[in-house]
Amino acid sequence: MSIRERLDRYLAGDFEGMAEFLDTQESPDTPREKVKNERKLLTEKLAESRQGQAVISAEKTVFTRLYRVVSVTCCIVLTLVMLYCIAHLPRYGYDNPRADEVVRRYVEDGLAETGAVNIVAGMILDYRAFDTLGESHVLFTALLCVTILLRIDTKNMRREFEDYYTVRRDHYYDTGRDAILRTIGLVVVPCIFVYGIYILLNGQVSPGGGFSGGAVMGAGLIIWSQARGFSHVDRLLTARRLNILTFAALAFYSLSKCYVFFMGANGFPNHIPKGIPGAILSGGLILPLDIAVGLVVTCTMYGFYSLFRRGAVGNA
Amino acid sequence: MPSFVCSFPLFMIVGCLLSAAGSMLMRGKAARNLAMAFGAVLFVMDSVLLAWTVKHGAFTYSMGEFPAPWGNELRAGVLECFMLLVFLLVMLCSGMAGYRFLAEDVDESKLPLYASLMHLLTAALCALIFTNDIFTGYVFLEILTLSSCGLLIVREIGRTTLAAVRYMVLNLLGSGLFLLGVVLLYDITGHLLMVPMHEALTEIIADPSMHLSLAFAAGILTIGLAIKSGLFPFHFWMPDAYGWATPTSASVLSSLVSKAYIFLLLKIYLRVFGPEVLSILPLSRILLVLGILGVVLGSVSALRAGNINRMVAFSSAAQIGYIYMSIGIGGTEGYTAALFHILAHAVTKSILFLSTPRLADVSGESLLFRNLQGAGRKDPFSGAFFTAGALSMIGVPLFAGFASKLVIALSAVDTGNLKKIIPVMIALAASSVLNALYFIRTLIRIWHDPDGSDDLYDPAVRLPETVPYTAACALLLAANLFLGLFSWEAVDLIRLGLSMFS
Repeated sequence: MSIRERLDRYLAGDFEGMAEFLDTQESPDTPREKVKNERKLLTEKLAESRQGQAVISAEKTVFTRLYRVVSVTCCIVLTLVMLYCIAHLPRYGYDNPRADEVVRRYVEDGLAETGAVNIVAGMILDYRAFDTLGESHVLFTALLCVTILLRIDTKNMRREFEDYYTVRRDHYYDTGRDAILRTIGLVVVPCIFVYGIYILLNGQVSPGGGFSGGAVMGAGLIIWSQARGFSHVDRLLTARRLNILTFAALAFYSLSKCYVFFMGANGFPNHIPKGIPGAILSGGLILPLDIAVGLVVTCTMYGFYSLFRRGAVGNA
Repeated sequence: MPSFVCSFPLFMIVGCLLSAAGSMLMRGKAARNLAMAFGAVLFVMDSVLLAWTVKHGAFTYSMGEFPAPWGNELRAGVLECFMLLVFLLVMLCSGMAGYRFLAEDVDESKLPLYASLMHLLTAALCALIFTNDIFTGYVFLEILTLSSCGLLIVREIGRTTLAAVRYMVLNLLGSGLFLLGVVLLYDITGHLLMVPMHEALTEIIADPSMHLSLAFAAGILTIGLAIKSGLFPFHFWMPDAYGWATPTSASVLSSLVSKAYIFLLLKIYLRVFGPEVLSILPLSRILLVLGILGVVLGSVSALRAGNINRMVAFSSAAQIGYIYMSIGIGGTEGYTAALFHILAHAVTKSILFLSTPRLADVSGESLLFRNLQGAGRKDPFSGAFFTAGALSMIGVPLFAGFASKLVIALSAVDTGNLKKIIPVMIALAASSVLNALYFIRTLIRIWHDPDGSDDLYDPAVRLPETVPYTAACALLLAANLFLGLFSWEAVDLIRLGLSMFS
């Protein structure tokens, strides 16, 4: 069987043929070396075979050269056209009554209408809250996709490649024994969390909000799991709890906004107090929504890290 | 105060988002039942909405207390509701028919995630169809893209991962170009909602110095959506993506996701640009040419494919070509033809993608033509459904495929412009012949008994879960025949919707 066919079979999910081929080759025992060696062997074999040489020589054909020239030319032309277009756009800061209609109301009446000193928070969570509802679900979708791809299961974890996957197990990467990291983590992580919570809770008053606060808190969780090992974080966040937290945050967001949209569209008052502008409890729904978005972002960031690192969220 | 029915679009979208988050916490079977039940509820809600809009006309629904140029807005009319109704039907049937393969292709622990992604995809479809705001369109376009990537990689074999990566790279490129177009339009007009944007644009085109920026914005917006929907020359991701995905995903991706992008494009053309702006841009001519090339070259590629799923996927590229060709013809007639073809293709392609894996099942799990000999005799039901789908694709009367080709041809004649009529007619004729070539070849292959021996059908060998599959495909076939036999009813409904549209 040619290398090309083997590669095709490998791509089609037939790992067995591949393992049999690789087993005939001598390779060192440590998983990392083995993976490295497997890759090297494959490349060498590919270069030896006729098809492999065809692949390599195809890189030097006229078509490839032409392709490169055309693509570079296209990029240059596109850049020039874009620059020309931007030069013809309405100038920033000059009077442009039509284009200002929307922005003017956001800036001038935003505080009175949304109760948020931070106008950006008022815009994304009140005026145009539907977009942000979608945006937080974009994160959720991304989390689902990464989970599907990376969470270890019976289909993507093959017996033949078991040692390859053990490389990814947390104990292999467990840095919890490093004294410097542990000590610094102990000092830094509480500060990061307090800062994240501050950004989260002050979204309606000062720059910040759910997305940025959640990102800081997610980073805090990641550093914590680095400094003290995954087992520490697993005690707090199991896979189930992470799912429930995400669900609760998203469901609260969807339901509360559905209520506001429904009441607003039908001309009913929605009875949500706006609070005193500048205080923590102000901006109506903006604060609870920021908390919900922040939780989703935290869970997503930590979930990504954990999945990339060890193929599982919570206890594997 | 608007009627309670007017809130249905909001409830549909939020309901999908809620059940997406909820399915994640369930087990596989419960998640599937929820998805099916919820799909049926959506279908009923949309039917009520369609009946309401036919009677009372289109309406806009402001999302929250802030009115149009400041807050988000949804809009529902006959056209939106009718398109969504067919989309939901196809989605429901794909889920029902493909479940057995899903259980095989997807690890059990990941079935709830699959259900979640389907809910998100439905939410994105509803939002793209109902939105009256171009930026909301972008946000849900992202959800649609990401969830369709998830539907592809869920099979977790090397090829689907490779196909999904290619799909994602191209789709993100498309999203990026679309976003750039939206940003430019926002900068020019200062609005994101479609109606105020349209009003601003009609004033702005009086100034010739803005034409280039406008043309550039419209151009990259169109290119972005063309890449995402797979117009020639951006169709090369299709065969891998559709050919290796699990059947439900292949059916949903080919018949709904790429169509939703085209619907959004049409919405932007008609509701944001309008005839005044479109008349100064050369877009329709370019789309006509690319559409015709797609029709012919897609069919040629299908003819050369050695694998039944790749053939069906390449024929999708040709069908996308038909739709863009109709958009290129332009005018109400052209857009009607494009929309009708979207529906006709959705109910046809889903049958094909749902039947091929069963034909492969009885041929030793192989999709290669040489192994499919006599497959239709071994499993007469899927053979029959595949045949019906193939006949519709060729354009045999009775089926939706015939009606849609007729509508496209008539819309071209209606322009009275020979420069459009002749190429369209030649493309239609050539592609019909090519379609007939590769589909009839396949039909002979699956029905012909290789040894001329006795019947291959053994009633004792029963494929598991035939009933849901048969029911789902029968429903799709009924929809196909309805579009074929009562095509003028559907065309009238689309015309009514288009008249409310702009």
